[in-house]
Amino acid sequence: MENIIEVKNLVKKFGDFTAVDDISFDVKKGEIFAFLGPNGAGKSTTIKILTTLLRPTSGTITLAGHNPTKDPEEVRRSFGIVFQDPSLDDELTAKENMDFHGILYNVPSKLRKERTEELMKFVELWDRRNSLVKEFSGGMKRRLEIARGLLHHPKVIFLDEPTLGLDPQTRNHMWSYLQELNKKEGVTVFFTTHYMEEAARIAQRIAIIDHGKIIAAGSAEELIKQTGTASLEDAFLKLTGNVIRDEESSATDRLRTRRQAWGNKKH
Amino acid sequence: MKTIYIMWLRELKRYFRSKSRMIGSLGQPLLFLLALGYGLGSVFQAAGQGNYFQFLVPGIVGMSIIFTAIFSGIQLIWDRQFGFLKETLVAPVSRLNIMIGRTLGGATVATIQGIVVFILAMLFGFRPDNWFLVPVAIVFMLLVALLFTALGTGIASLLEDMQGFQLIMNFLVMPLFFLSGALFPLSGLPTILADLTIIDPLSYGIDSFRALLVNTTHFGLGVDFTVLVIVTAVFLVVGSYLFSKIEV
Repeated sequence: MENIIEVKNLVKKFGDFTAVDDISFDVKKGEIFAFLGPNGAGKSTTIKILTTLLRPTSGTITLAGHNPTKDPEEVRRSFGIVFQDPSLDDELTAKENMDFHGILYNVPSKLRKERTEELMKFVELWDRRNSLVKEFSGGMKRRLEIARGLLHHPKVIFLDEPTLGLDPQTRNHMWSYLQELNKKEGVTVFFTTHYMEEAARIAQRIAIIDHGKIIAAGSAEELIKQTGTASLEDAFLKLTGNVIRDEESSATDRLRTRRQAWGNKKH
Repeated sequence: MKTIYIMWLRELKRYFRSKSRMIGSLGQPLLFLLALGYGLGSVFQAAGQGNYFQFLVPGIVGMSIIFTAIFSGIQLIWDRQFGFLKETLVAPVSRLNIMIGRTLGGATVATIQGIVVFILAMLFGFRPDNWFLVPVAIVFMLLVALLFTALGTGIASLLEDMQGFQLIMNFLVMPLFFLSGALFPLSGLPTILADLTIIDPLSYGIDSFRALLVNTTHFGLGVDFTVLVIVTAVFLVVGSYLFSKIEV
């Protein structure tokens, strides 16, 4: 089968720190692919490079036949993404956030209305469509982001820890929608998660990254067999060790903390 | 086109929803207008310069425009911090259009703010010299607003977080305002001060407001217009370039 994502010898350095260290992998068209790794392993950095938000230090990438560094707009046309951290506009309503997305992605207005209603009902936010996002709880925001990410049907959808903080109902709901989309429209799904049983259940192929390097790849069964363990979780721990990782706090985290300390004065 | 429109609309929605921001940003110009306008009025008159309040209003309109415009541009940092910027940066639309939409939105908001200050000043007795020139003055307000929103966006593209905000206020916005002749006439200044006012683009903005609203000008409206258009174009080009290079 044809590859929709091809990564060769990708390196990303931030100063002295090598976040992604010479990785290569492929994702096949129409595949559900899980990208696993401990915190700070380089997952999000890789996704940011694939989605044109960061430029690689070296290496070559193709996404749907285009190079994200040379041809970012063409690449942006072919994927959708649900980010790990929030990317909604708090001062707009839920529906306005959906409309905004639909217009940016040039979804025809009739289709946009239909899908907005369908998706917002699906994540059970339709009744709250006219509320400002800043009034939403963390879980509601997450659900809205997922609905928004699915509004246009891209060739590849990236989901960076999409199920973090979601209840099992919503999580299951979301995956069945994505699997359906994958089957019906052949959308390639590229996701990261910390829930190993989720990866084992959903993903057709898995790559495990640690310290910026891909240390294993294959189906869940293959990884389990390869490590001689009983479950993907055990396989993962065997491969990546038991040491707990620190992630450097980003400027965003620092600002969020400060904003909380001010007692949410702005809102 | 749609991208520009939706980005513009977003800026306006955010502005009209944030009542505290609207009202808060009127406090400072009002204070300047009333305290200085009435406080220095008699001295100004005694120096043979005429009615200070009439002189001051175009300056304070300019002040509220530059503050709102730069602040709108700087809001980009908040969008970066709270993630929304990413949503726009991965969208399959040109970053130039995103930047233009944002800038037009911010500039529209700043112009509205300028008009509100103008109307408030009329409540306190300000009268434009020629009513027919008021719409032209509004066009110039929009031009000045565009210039400084583009500047704010350009600067914000280079900044990671709000740490630099105070720096920008104290070393950029305040000097631009105080050296623009918003508060004093530009003629008969000491050489260094005169030179500084000449390189301050806001000087030309406020001079154009004075030319159109109270019929006094230092540089002449033609010079004002040329300088404003050139500087705005340069800031837009540089701002777009910096914006297109943002990495999150």
